Amino acid sequence: MCEHDLVIIGGGPAGLSAAYSAFQNGVKDILIIERDSHLGGILNQCIHNGFGLHKFREELTGPEYAQRYIDLIHQTNVHIKSDTMVLDLSKDKTIHCISASEGYQHIRAKAIILAMGCRERTRGAISIPGSRCSGIFTAGAAQKYCNIDGYLVGKKIVILGSGDIGLIMARRMVLEGAKVVADIEICPYSNGLNRNVVQCLNDYDIPLYLSHTVTDIISDKNNGRVKKIVISEVDENKKPISGTEQEIECDTLLLSVGLIPENELSQNAGIEIDPRTKGPIVYDNLETSVAGIFACGNVLQVHDLVDYVSLEAERAGENAAKYLTEGEIHSSLIKVENRSDVSYTIPQYIRKTNMEEGMIQISFRVRRPMKNKRIVIEGHGKEIASFPRIILAPAEMENIKIEKNKLKDVSIIGISIKEMQK
Amino acid sequence: MQPCYDFIIIGCGITGSSIALELSKYQTKILILESSNDVSMGTTKANSGIIHGGYDPKPGTLMAKLNIEGSKLTKELAPILNFHYNQVGSLVVGSTEEDHQKINELFENGIASKISGLRLLKTKKEVHSFEPNLNPDFDYALFAPSAAVVAPWEECLAFAQTAVGNGAKITLNARVTNIERRDDKYLVTANKKTYLGTNVINCAGTYADIVYKLALGEKADKSFEIIPCKGEYYLLDKNQGDLVKHIIFQTPSKLGKGVLVAPTIHHNLIVGPNADYEVSSRNDTSTVQKNIKYVAQAAVRSVPQINYRENIRNFSGIRATLKDFDDFLIEESPYLKNFYNFAGIKSPGLSCGPAFGKELIRLMGNKFTYNLNKKFKYYPLPKYFKELTEKEKIAIIKKDNRFGRIVCRCESITEGEIVRAMHSIIPGRTIDGIKRRTNAGMGRCQGGFCGPKVFELIKKEFNLKAEKVLSDRNGSYVVVSRTKGEK
Amino acid sequence: MKELICISCPRGCHLKVDEKTLSVTGNSCPRGKIYGISEVTNPVRTITSTVKISGGMLSRVSVKTDKPIAKTKIFAVMKLLNQVQLTAPVNIGDLVLENILDTDVNIVVTKKVEAKYE
Repeated sequence: MCEHDLVIIGGGPAGLSAAYSAFQNGVKDILIIERDSHLGGILNQCIHNGFGLHKFREELTGPEYAQRYIDLIHQTNVHIKSDTMVLDLSKDKTIHCISASEGYQHIRAKAIILAMGCRERTRGAISIPGSRCSGIFTAGAAQKYCNIDGYLVGKKIVILGSGDIGLIMARRMVLEGAKVVADIEICPYSNGLNRNVVQCLNDYDIPLYLSHTVTDIISDKNNGRVKKIVISEVDENKKPISGTEQEIECDTLLLSVGLIPENELSQNAGIEIDPRTKGPIVYDNLETSVAGIFACGNVLQVHDLVDYVSLEAERAGENAAKYLTEGEIHSSLIKVENRSDVSYTIPQYIRKTNMEEGMIQISFRVRRPMKNKRIVIEGHGKEIASFPRIILAPAEMENIKIEKNKLKDVSIIGISIKEMQK
Repeated sequence: MQPCYDFIIIGCGITGSSIALELSKYQTKILILESSNDVSMGTTKANSGIIHGGYDPKPGTLMAKLNIEGSKLTKELAPILNFHYNQVGSLVVGSTEEDHQKINELFENGIASKISGLRLLKTKKEVHSFEPNLNPDFDYALFAPSAAVVAPWEECLAFAQTAVGNGAKITLNARVTNIERRDDKYLVTANKKTYLGTNVINCAGTYADIVYKLALGEKADKSFEIIPCKGEYYLLDKNQGDLVKHIIFQTPSKLGKGVLVAPTIHHNLIVGPNADYEVSSRNDTSTVQKNIKYVAQAAVRSVPQINYRENIRNFSGIRATLKDFDDFLIEESPYLKNFYNFAGIKSPGLSCGPAFGKELIRLMGNKFTYNLNKKFKYYPLPKYFKELTEKEKIAIIKKDNRFGRIVCRCESITEGEIVRAMHSIIPGRTIDGIKRRTNAGMGRCQGGFCGPKVFELIKKEFNLKAEKVLSDRNGSYVVVSRTKGEK
Repeated sequence: MKELICISCPRGCHLKVDEKTLSVTGNSCPRGKIYGISEVTNPVRTITSTVKISGGMLSRVSVKTDKPIAKTKIFAVMKLLNQVQLTAPVNIGDLVLENILDTDVNIVVTKKVEAKYE
């Protein structure tokens, strides 16, 4: 059994940034365990632009953004095990992992950072009825087939979901020679960035059916492949309205219907998971309910911008370094509650230590699109801080910072959205 | 001279494979003709996976007799053939006076059929001590300890591969299109080839009447009629798998056994089916919105906490029912000597499995003159890598380091297992064929992660063009082509 | 009069651009004005795609145009890219195609691919 001070599970943007930050904060013995043969995580298949505008003030593609961090890591002594899958993680920080080259391994860690990312929601999770035909893929799987392996998954494609992944794949498929017949979105608005709706749908005259969903999938009897899908309009409760069915012919259906943090390992280790985020419950230092195990990136909460993943991971790395030198933190807590129109908060708890200085960062998402509101932090019936926002959307994570000394006397705070003051 | 088989078995679902297994214990020349490109492709791969207690069919019926015999044999064979089997037991639960009556009837049935271990739970306390997460209204239940869960496609494969290992031949993609008499033998045509056989065993599931009619020729109107019936299911994430410890049946009514809630052999939760309803197609396994909705609503009457957002898959299965006949039709055709029908094998078909072969031999009586095959041996399925001990894991990786490369993240399935399944006695050649053999792709991400990897492994191992790699049935291509116009 | 949504920043201002006079209204900042004019006179896009590569661990490597290129040329660019065959190793920034379609725009590699050693 080998031992490391800090083991980071996942070598994507979160793991890389956390590793570099931990290194810069003095941790000398760091191991990244990565299941793929290359570092970079999901960025390796995100060949489109739009990464790095905040972090590097440049517009980069996914692989370019990843390489920035890979280059930084190569300047350190951070050890990397690639092609290695973590099978099990236990509360006492023992990691069981496996690779073709090194076989079955036990690794002990003094501290761990979880950076496993997320997986895609499947057809089953939203119970789309119809045939079990071939030609149904999640958008990310189609993206891997296309960008990494070099295969075109279909010629006549319908996309369900107009979040950024769905939009990006719409354009990608068109560029590779397929026809994208429609993008179907259950909400009355697209969840993706406007720039992507313009560049991915409008540019190629791909119709966007808002307030619609797929209600049936019909297969070609001759070969078991998708032949048609049926879409229906939905009401304000997102329920299909009978009588509004339309058939669309296609040979492929791509599903871009949400991402779910991948916390199987975390759960097995007894780390408490928040059902609102499906990620670990964390303190303000991104430490989970198990001392010395931290979480960052999509495994903690699904992000929209990799730049914010990197920033969050930097904090995790820094705090893991602190844990290694200063040990466990014991303190009273402030519970952070999500109130009106806020669906969750990260962190869920704030530790009351050194409350005289420093800032607390809170990330959250709103439940619905809104204009001209205030984000309000309130505690014990009083408004503690207020942040005006012209635009709020569920698809855009919000980050606010509050001075710790403003939270000295509270034990519960709530984040809510309120009207602009006159 | 064309070789003559002693037995030509048409259909390799649980019925055909079980019969082949039994017959391969004797010195017989067996040919299995399967219309699909793999075994278990019909009803066998799309059902509840339950080995029933046997109290449900009327005593004295074939269903009752074979269920009891089959259930015992399945339990014996599971460790020998290494297919997964979990004797979780079952509860038929009820709360109304009508339910109590019906449950008592089932109990009486079971006693009459001489099933051991059956017990009535007569108070809310007792019922909930067995199953704490049940609807608190349930106050009466029939407990059958012998009920179990299996992966039916796995069991079918284990039977088929043992038969083949012992000399049976299997031809896939062989849909029977003609059956005629040639002297006292049968000449069966499938996929443009003809095969000669002494006995024909019709195990063609939802197509059994079509096959029979081929053989009957002018007498086709004498055939039974198969009415395909569909039942729909939810398969939920493993985090729902602990909701119940036993198979939970709602008290049967005129509509059928009721919606069940059960742990699966893989620790998922299975919910369904809705009352089997007649459909016009024998192979359209699409699910229908209002039916899956019905299943969802009906199941929470048993277990209120089921969280359908944790669903990973909906599926439906079509089973063969017989018009106006509520038992299996197992017979030597009164019109065709040595032509045996195993028709209408709906529930509890899976539970009867290994008993079908024994029943055929009984039915043949003194026509069955074959000697035992002294060289017969079982061909067990390999263990999953994840089920090996740590020592065994280390050893197998040393032998073949592909067992150190995880392909299916959700289920921890290795490349070694996948490649092994491509070279097994009845190899997996499609993405779903690999899935059924190795479990890869059955997890919560439903192949989103491992799909492209399994695709690449199949393409490489069988040296296929990209567009020829199949998802499941013939024609079900995964990708259209390489990008960039590359060949 | 053309109605557009500005894509320069997440605000997504609704612009109105007069195609004759090139006056832009609805923008909240100067970048919006620039975008509005460009969209009606000579809309440009950055293209990201992949090309074939041999001798590496992967069979495709990602590339991009190093500057935005006229929107009308997108499919012509894709046709050119289909014919490219690179050989590993390649590094980010490597020139793949120079001055494509006489536009002064280059195609560059965006992913590092190392050579595979047998």
